[in-house]
Amino acid sequence: MNTRTLDMPRSRCAPLFRLIRAHRVLASLLFLVVLPWLTPNYSVATHILIFGLYALGFNLIFGYMGMLSFGHAAFLGIGAYAAGILIAQHHVIWWLAIPAAALLSAAAALVIGMLAIRTRGIYFAMVTLALSQCVYFLIYQLPASGGENGLRGVNVSEIHVLGLTFDILHPIVKYYFFFCFVAVALWLISRILASPFGHAIQAIRENETRTRACGFNVENTKLITFVLSGAFCGLAGALYAINLSSVAIETLHYETSGLVVMICLLGGMGTFFGPLIGALLFLLIQDVFTHWTEHWQLYVGCIFMFFVLFFPKGVWGTILEKLHAD
Amino acid sequence: MKNLNKLAYALCLASALGASAAHAQNATPIRIGLPVPLTGPYGAEAKDQVRNAELAVKEFNDAGGLDGRKAELLVRDDKLNPGEAAQRALDLIEKDKVNYIVGGLSAATQLSTNNITKQRKVIYISISQSDAINEAADMSRYTFHEAFNPHMTTQALGRHLFKKGMRIAFLTADYAYGHEMARGFTAVAEEMGAKIVGEVKHPLGTSDYSIFLPRLQALKPDILIFNNFGRDNQISIKQAGEFGMKKNTQFATPVLLYTARQAAGPKVYENVIGATSYYWAIEDKSPSAKALNDHYKAAYNGAYPSDYGALAYSAVKSLLEAVKKAGTTDTEKVVDTLAALKYDTYKGPQYYRACDHQSVQSVLIIESKEADPKNPDDVFKIVDEVPPTEDILRSCAELGFK
Amino acid sequence: MDGLTLQLLGLQLFTGLALGSIYVLLAVGLSLIFGMLTVVNFAHGAFFMVGAYAGYSLYQYVPNFWLCLVAVPVVTGCIGIVVERFLVRPLYGRGIDYPLLLTFGLAYVMVELIRIQFGKQGLPVDTPESLQGAVDVFVGPFPLYRLFVIGVTALVLAALWLFIEKTSFGLVIRAGARDPVIVRVLGIDISRVWLIVFGIGTGISGLAGYLSAPMQGIAPEMGGNVLIVAFVVTVVGGMGSLTGAVVAGLLIGVVESLTAFMFPEAAKVSMFVIMAFVLLVRPLGLFGRAGLMS
Repeated sequence: MNTRTLDMPRSRCAPLFRLIRAHRVLASLLFLVVLPWLTPNYSVATHILIFGLYALGFNLIFGYMGMLSFGHAAFLGIGAYAAGILIAQHHVIWWLAIPAAALLSAAAALVIGMLAIRTRGIYFAMVTLALSQCVYFLIYQLPASGGENGLRGVNVSEIHVLGLTFDILHPIVKYYFFFCFVAVALWLISRILASPFGHAIQAIRENETRTRACGFNVENTKLITFVLSGAFCGLAGALYAINLSSVAIETLHYETSGLVVMICLLGGMGTFFGPLIGALLFLLIQDVFTHWTEHWQLYVGCIFMFFVLFFPKGVWGTILEKLHAD
Repeated sequence: MKNLNKLAYALCLASALGASAAHAQNATPIRIGLPVPLTGPYGAEAKDQVRNAELAVKEFNDAGGLDGRKAELLVRDDKLNPGEAAQRALDLIEKDKVNYIVGGLSAATQLSTNNITKQRKVIYISISQSDAINEAADMSRYTFHEAFNPHMTTQALGRHLFKKGMRIAFLTADYAYGHEMARGFTAVAEEMGAKIVGEVKHPLGTSDYSIFLPRLQALKPDILIFNNFGRDNQISIKQAGEFGMKKNTQFATPVLLYTARQAAGPKVYENVIGATSYYWAIEDKSPSAKALNDHYKAAYNGAYPSDYGALAYSAVKSLLEAVKKAGTTDTEKVVDTLAALKYDTYKGPQYYRACDHQSVQSVLIIESKEADPKNPDDVFKIVDEVPPTEDILRSCAELGFK
Repeated sequence: MDGLTLQLLGLQLFTGLALGSIYVLLAVGLSLIFGMLTVVNFAHGAFFMVGAYAGYSLYQYVPNFWLCLVAVPVVTGCIGIVVERFLVRPLYGRGIDYPLLLTFGLAYVMVELIRIQFGKQGLPVDTPESLQGAVDVFVGPFPLYRLFVIGVTALVLAALWLFIEKTSFGLVIRAGARDPVIVRVLGIDISRVWLIVFGIGTGISGLAGYLSAPMQGIAPEMGGNVLIVAFVVTVVGGMGSLTGAVVAGLLIGVVESLTAFMFPEAAKVSMFVIMAFVLLVRPLGLFGRAGLMS
């Protein structure tokens, strides 16, 4: 009888990948550090950075906990509008506004989470969608948000840190300014996932009943994860507002919620690098094709379908699978 | 002798470098970024804006450019999304190093682009309607507004249409543009002694107006004004007509789009009155309009420029006129020149008002008609032409300027 | 004054029914596809649009509203069948996310293809002569065409009910919705059933698009606008439940219509408020069955 395990060819790349996975935070940070030099322009690199964080936050709920939320644009949006209103209209300094925005987003996640957690599966997706549309409506009506015109005036042009002045209008300086926040967030997410709490999250995805039987408070875990996810997405939102100096009402639209789902699925949900890779691929492809042709939606759609048909676990997930990594 | 040699050598080197720098100056084109919504519901209008802008650039280059320096147009797709528009503006400034930016079709995209350009001291000429861009909070030294704003449109149309004692109703799209139009018309109505009998607001993007029309019908207005734009405008006017409301009510809409009229057909827009910035038939009275029409027809197979398209032509042409007059592409000097410029690019005299850089220009009142089969482009009848006046603008104080 | 308001209210009610009819057609298709195939069809709005454009094109060759009315669902259904066979079927067994994703990308592609072929502007469509004008419906004049839409929807629903309840194929559908594995074990080729169901679902969506064309014209974006409504209605009714789709569709149509009457700003969000409320009280929708998709 042929047992094939011993004969299985091991890719020469496997040790490298194991190294990368062992030091995932470092690897991600390294990738993000060099990103501006790899992309055709700086704005798409910043976009990838910010949406990568958005996707990482979302992945906590989607990939690791296994709950599909169609309303995460609410957290991105609340973070963006909170930071925007604080900076543009109340002249709050950035190092107060950004954390405040993340906290506000987390608070919103607490409220939405408490309402939504009792549903499951596609219904959870729809409840989160419905609630995020309510958030869209509320913020649209708020005079401070500018409604359809958007919130303008989120002007952070200079920051003063440790006696040094940095010109945020310079694209590279701006990128690394955001990078600092994303780096901290990445590290935090990694720590959370590696902790016992992180393992509980994944246990719930694998088998909720059994996890409950083991004595974990499943509802609380779900809620806490939802809140954390909201906080990270809110942080991404705050950076998004500062990046474009304005916040568009489209940030809260369900299309933005759909976008992050696509990014995570494309990259590989439930993996650490998946969201970043998904953001890189989707946004880069969209950017390149937009420059090239006005029919970019046709090509992006086809490429997207191609990935879905042939890379079922997302790009990173499929790579991992092919290398027989564990 | 040796010192003289050294001096001569230095002078030669300096002049060689200077000459090469000047040569490099000569070679760098004058870059104008044009972010417009090529994809999305206003793709047709955007494409016409691109064609018109390219025409203006070509005219400038054929006339010699700026001491041999040619202008170059960098067209980008902003997908009618303000976030995307801001990103395109960032790319144009940071990567493509444009000198100036012209563009924007929705109010939101104009405002987000403007926020980027004013921070980085880049001239931005907006070519689409918005009341907010004139206000003190958004406006800057580097911001110019070539297109109308809703206030101008409503004052011009209102003064033409409203008579004392008339009953006026609004069907308003529930967003900034709709509200701005409604506000403008309300002010004119008060002035003229007409009465606003009711307003029905509808969400942006509504495709079924049957839920709003019965209420409007019940108000029995003399004039029903459709304060919406694009597809909303087409569909609401169509459905209102089908409800039989045209029999007793005059339909009016602040912006009667050439492309919308052609898309929806004569029956839908029959008897509808509106305002516009440009309609090709004014070539009979305006030599610059004739010049534009002739060039455009020659370049694009006998077609006529549309209203929004011609705005792009005017913006780019007047901008390049200012550059030529200033003799340099230096932003500060061009701003001063442009702000003081009196120009006639395509329909008559225009200039920018000092406090808010709003282009003071004529407003055409037009009515839709069935096109003559011999001339299928003749879809409007010019009913009135309001000459350029600052009367129809909001006062500087109202806009927040000291 | 009161009489006027009551009359208006009545008219709004009728308008809500007409609006709801289109929603019902969309939701029924979506629910069928989800109930049978557990596929969340994000391209449902695109099929709605394709139906409208297919009708427009067919009309150029066969200028008869009634013939096109019959032809459009068939054409759209066939396109649906091709899509199911070659794009959706390879993804079975991989979980709910993949067909969802695929149909999402497919929607982009379909919309862009229509744009390339027919232009971005959208096209005007006239109401057929025989259906123009208004009819006195007790509370006032109501457009005849909208009554026609309500009527067609009722007919389609009746036909669908007969098909599912009274034919043997319908029996297979019902069995397959309850337990696809057993159906396979019993020797029935479930993949052929899925093919037909997908075709029916998309066909009905195309029909809805064709019906709504004279009311609002056709544009490449028309699918995107209705997709979200279709989902809300399907979820409120309960995914996989046809009764639910009907009840929810009419309910949401009427509520949207009445909200537009009283609080216009809130009209668009009213359906989400309903959905949130319903799901919080009955997490599976009004008529949803547990175990269908968790």
